[in-house]
Amino acid sequence: MSEHLSIIVKSIFIENLALSFFLGMCTFLAVSKNVKTALGLGVAVIAIQAITVPANNLIYQYLLKEGALSWAGVSDSNLEFLGLISYIGVIAAMVQILEMTLDKYFPPLYNALGIFLPLITVNCAILGGSLFMVEREYTFIQSVEFGVGSGIGWAMAIAALAGIREKLKYSDVPHGLRGLGITFIIVGLMAMAFMAFGGIQL
Amino acid sequence: MAGSKAKDVLLDPVFKNNPIALQVLGICSALAVTTKLDTSLTMCVAVIFVVAFSNLAVSLIRNYIPSSVRIIVQMTIIASLVILVDQVLKAYAFDVSKQMSVFVGLIITNCIVMGRAEGFAMKNTPMVSFLDGIGNGLGYSFILLTVGFFRELFGSGKLLGMQVMPDAYPNNGLMLLAPSAFFLIGIIIWVIRTFRPEQIEEA
Repeated sequence: MSEHLSIIVKSIFIENLALSFFLGMCTFLAVSKNVKTALGLGVAVIAIQAITVPANNLIYQYLLKEGALSWAGVSDSNLEFLGLISYIGVIAAMVQILEMTLDKYFPPLYNALGIFLPLITVNCAILGGSLFMVEREYTFIQSVEFGVGSGIGWAMAIAALAGIREKLKYSDVPHGLRGLGITFIIVGLMAMAFMAFGGIQL
Repeated sequence: MAGSKAKDVLLDPVFKNNPIALQVLGICSALAVTTKLDTSLTMCVAVIFVVAFSNLAVSLIRNYIPSSVRIIVQMTIIASLVILVDQVLKAYAFDVSKQMSVFVGLIITNCIVMGRAEGFAMKNTPMVSFLDGIGNGLGYSFILLTVGFFRELFGSGKLLGMQVMPDAYPNNGLMLLAPSAFFLIGIIIWVIRTFRPEQIEEA
């Protein structure tokens, strides 16, 4: 039990995708101007991450890994080089399916997330999550935990950044630093604050 | 005329319209690989290669792609190119490819590649798109190399693995950690915008 918990805590705080691996930065910086949209995007990322990481885990384990095709009678296959293209395909497909499902059954949620869903396909945090899962050789259960945890961590980071940026309106930032420049420096400070979690031993 | 346009397309993205500093594209991978200059260099070459050739390929078939499936077509082209880069790195520079871990794969979702394919290559002729790809790759490399240079120099007192700082220099460990990359890019943006006031955002 404790090892499962540790993957979740680790992926939320210590190895936060946004703040310690810089993943999903493009959307992270572009969509963090107000808390409401940031939260919407955060929820969408959690959902997609929780679906795609385990899905890619299954694909890796039963199709791509060395000798993975033994269930089909092919014992010496190694399709790992097809990894990247399959993961991104799965992600694009999942996003599309989620979009259609939401549109059909949960229109309010679809309208709230609307524009963010397609954006998520090219969010590096999603592909990064899948690649880390492969690199660290997670089992299926672990990949579910990692997917959910890393999604929550990312969502939390973007919501926090949006909160800070909303307050930033009242401050007097040097001209050249306005907008993007100061945002980078804030993210730097946030990353530093998150490093405090690094000392936690799990 | 044709010559000067090609030059503009090639050089504009380096300072005037830098993909990282102005268009906020492709930052994800820009930061994680810059702790050392040699990984930054490898990343730059890889990205220039992928952007240039994906632009070329997308531009060549731009009139045949139905617009409803264009994203997936672009994605497939980009992913194939990245797989190529990944396999070459694994074969000839295994150590570097190990250090860069997942970030080679993440070139796929590097918004510069997608952004240029969608925003430029879909509308322009193959040759110009190819140059635009190289130009944007160079703009990206410019930031990446600057960040990598300072982080390796101050973080471990070395450049490309060779000691350059005097032995008495106490290595600044912060430069090797995530936050310093953000600070450096923030400062680079500040410097660029001081010279080019028209880029300043009204916040």
